[in-house]
Amino acid sequence: MAVYITTPSPALPPPSNSVGVLGWMRKNLFSSPANSIFTLIGLYILFRTIPPTIDWALFQADWVGTSRDACSGEGACWVFVTVRFQQFMFGFYPPSEYWRVVVAFSLVGALVAWLLIERTPKKGLVGIFTIFCYPVIAYFLFYGGAFGLPVVETYKWGGLMLTLILATIGMFCALPIGIILALGRRSSMPIAKSLSVVFIEFWRGVPLITVLFMSSVMLPIFMPENLQIDKLLRALIGIIFFQSAYMAEVVRGGLQAIPKGQYEAAEALGLSYWKSMFFIILPQALKLVIPGIVNTFIALFKDTTLVLIIGLFDLLAVVQSAFADAKWIGYSVEGYVFVAAIYWVSCFSMSRYSQYLERKLHTGHA
Amino acid sequence: MRKITWSIVAVVVALFISAGLAQASTKDEVQKRGYLQCGVSTGLPGFSNPDEKGTWTGLDVDVCKAIAAATLGDATKIKYVPLNAKERFTALQSGEIDALVRGTTWTLTRDSSLGLNFTGVNYYDGQGFLVSKKLGVKSALELDGAAVCIQGGTTTELNLADYFKEKKMEYKPVVFDTHDATAKAFDNGRCDVLTSDQSQLYGLRTHLSKPADAIVLPEVISKEPLGPVVRQGDDAWFNIVKWALNAMIEAEEMGVTQANVDEMKKSKNPGVRRLLGVDGIGGKGLGLNDDWAYQIIKQVGNYGEIFERNVGKGSPLQIERGLNALWSKGGIMYAPPLR
Repeated sequence: MAVYITTPSPALPPPSNSVGVLGWMRKNLFSSPANSIFTLIGLYILFRTIPPTIDWALFQADWVGTSRDACSGEGACWVFVTVRFQQFMFGFYPPSEYWRVVVAFSLVGALVAWLLIERTPKKGLVGIFTIFCYPVIAYFLFYGGAFGLPVVETYKWGGLMLTLILATIGMFCALPIGIILALGRRSSMPIAKSLSVVFIEFWRGVPLITVLFMSSVMLPIFMPENLQIDKLLRALIGIIFFQSAYMAEVVRGGLQAIPKGQYEAAEALGLSYWKSMFFIILPQALKLVIPGIVNTFIALFKDTTLVLIIGLFDLLAVVQSAFADAKWIGYSVEGYVFVAAIYWVSCFSMSRYSQYLERKLHTGHA
Repeated sequence: MRKITWSIVAVVVALFISAGLAQASTKDEVQKRGYLQCGVSTGLPGFSNPDEKGTWTGLDVDVCKAIAAATLGDATKIKYVPLNAKERFTALQSGEIDALVRGTTWTLTRDSSLGLNFTGVNYYDGQGFLVSKKLGVKSALELDGAAVCIQGGTTTELNLADYFKEKKMEYKPVVFDTHDATAKAFDNGRCDVLTSDQSQLYGLRTHLSKPADAIVLPEVISKEPLGPVVRQGDDAWFNIVKWALNAMIEAEEMGVTQANVDEMKKSKNPGVRRLLGVDGIGGKGLGLNDDWAYQIIKQVGNYGEIFERNVGKGSPLQIERGLNALWSKGGIMYAPPLR
């Protein structure tokens, strides 16, 4: 009796037109006649726009020089940006004091990196230093007036430096205030609750541009004349209040998503209100709303450009004021592209970091 | 009801403003503080804009410098406060600035109802037309049927409509949002004519791919006298700002320049001697040093010099003197005598 051994013959490779580059294109770009047409149209548009843009921005562009005579006019003239680069970065800060700004920003960069990078020792100590000591150091570095540093008044601050100051102070103050407001809004104490609701609804109900106008135009009229609050400080307080109202609502979304059982479990353990919030509820709630928080941060970073309407020279305003230089009229495109690039890089990195944070804190359950 | 609310607001604002006026004189305050707070624009080519090094330059800025030179004897002791069009008057009313020199048009409403005073005119502006040379037009009256590029939402638009209606001519408006877009459209031939304030037109012309192919027509269809502004109720300060400008105009008329001012101090001309504080009233009436006008001319220059340096021949704007020439040279710049 014959014995048949039925081993399956080895699998054939997939058809050559369904793998590799060709297969990918077939599957994703030319899967149907309509898709093929859209692909071709898309390719044509890219072909017509990308090469001329790159040509304009890189190959035909002028990079070196000191005046508009260096601009050939065939492509972008980045000389406009390079001659004013320091102004775009520091505004009207005296050049001899630039190092102070650089030191302050490098210090905060190092501290934040220390806190963000895993496996660095003594995170707690560094964190406390960042929150309580660094602001004092930064204040004296930026403003001066102690340790032999000459005073640099805030009207001289400008450019990217001012944008970063507004954005970082806005973020670091808005988050804690927002958390307190969110807790207040969910509190059962009537006064705390109504105060939080009124604050949030008021600040959320007015546009930021109105807040800034109010702070720069109306406030000075209603204050006694010998009491002059710095314009930058007024704008900053407006931005913090405005953003904390938004932050409160983001955090409240997280608080509401925590199951009731967590609150009850915390209570059953005998934890006080603050302990249960800080050790049980908030760590879970904040993790949930990372995308919302980063979204608010990104919005705030871009919203800081609104201060240009009250005559503060943030990055965009200082570049725009350069357009008004009679020697450089007509280079607005280069200026705007430069500003857009800086904003894009900053916002994109924030967004990437938030995605990394989400993955790192992902625990597999809600 | 609305009217009542508004009048209450107006009274409250007026009270606050008048309460502010009761305090010490601006001149004493500036001298005590050691620097002048001068309101300028956030960037107006030729009038006030920061250069590459962050130094403010322009025709308006030089008026600020003149005030500082007269009051403090040092034209560099100034804090420039950049202001936009909306907040400029409040900044002055609230005392954030001592003088506003920001291309502000002198009108009845502003002079009479804001608690402010215009001290004079440092630039006579007006709305004009920029046309392409190949159109062969020599006067605005030949513009019947033209396509006109304008910036929307400005008084420019209204002035243009008035002008064409009055002259019984037709035109096709091509409206844009920004100066930049307007100029680009004109450059690309989307319209035959571009209209804006004349001081802006010269700036826009340098913007074009071939600036020499466009000309500014002689007609001016609106009056825009731009001048420094101070708070009402401080007459001593008002006088100082007014005469700082007058001294520059007078200096040009007498031929006193930044370069020759030291020599001119020895001049026999009684007018020059009075101007430079060698003879005559000097600074007594204004409460300043006798050499206040000398300091202005030495540190800033006469009116002709600041004009040419910022907007005229010495600048990319290349604006003609026109109305801003001295009265003796066909313009209307005229200073009362310094005696």
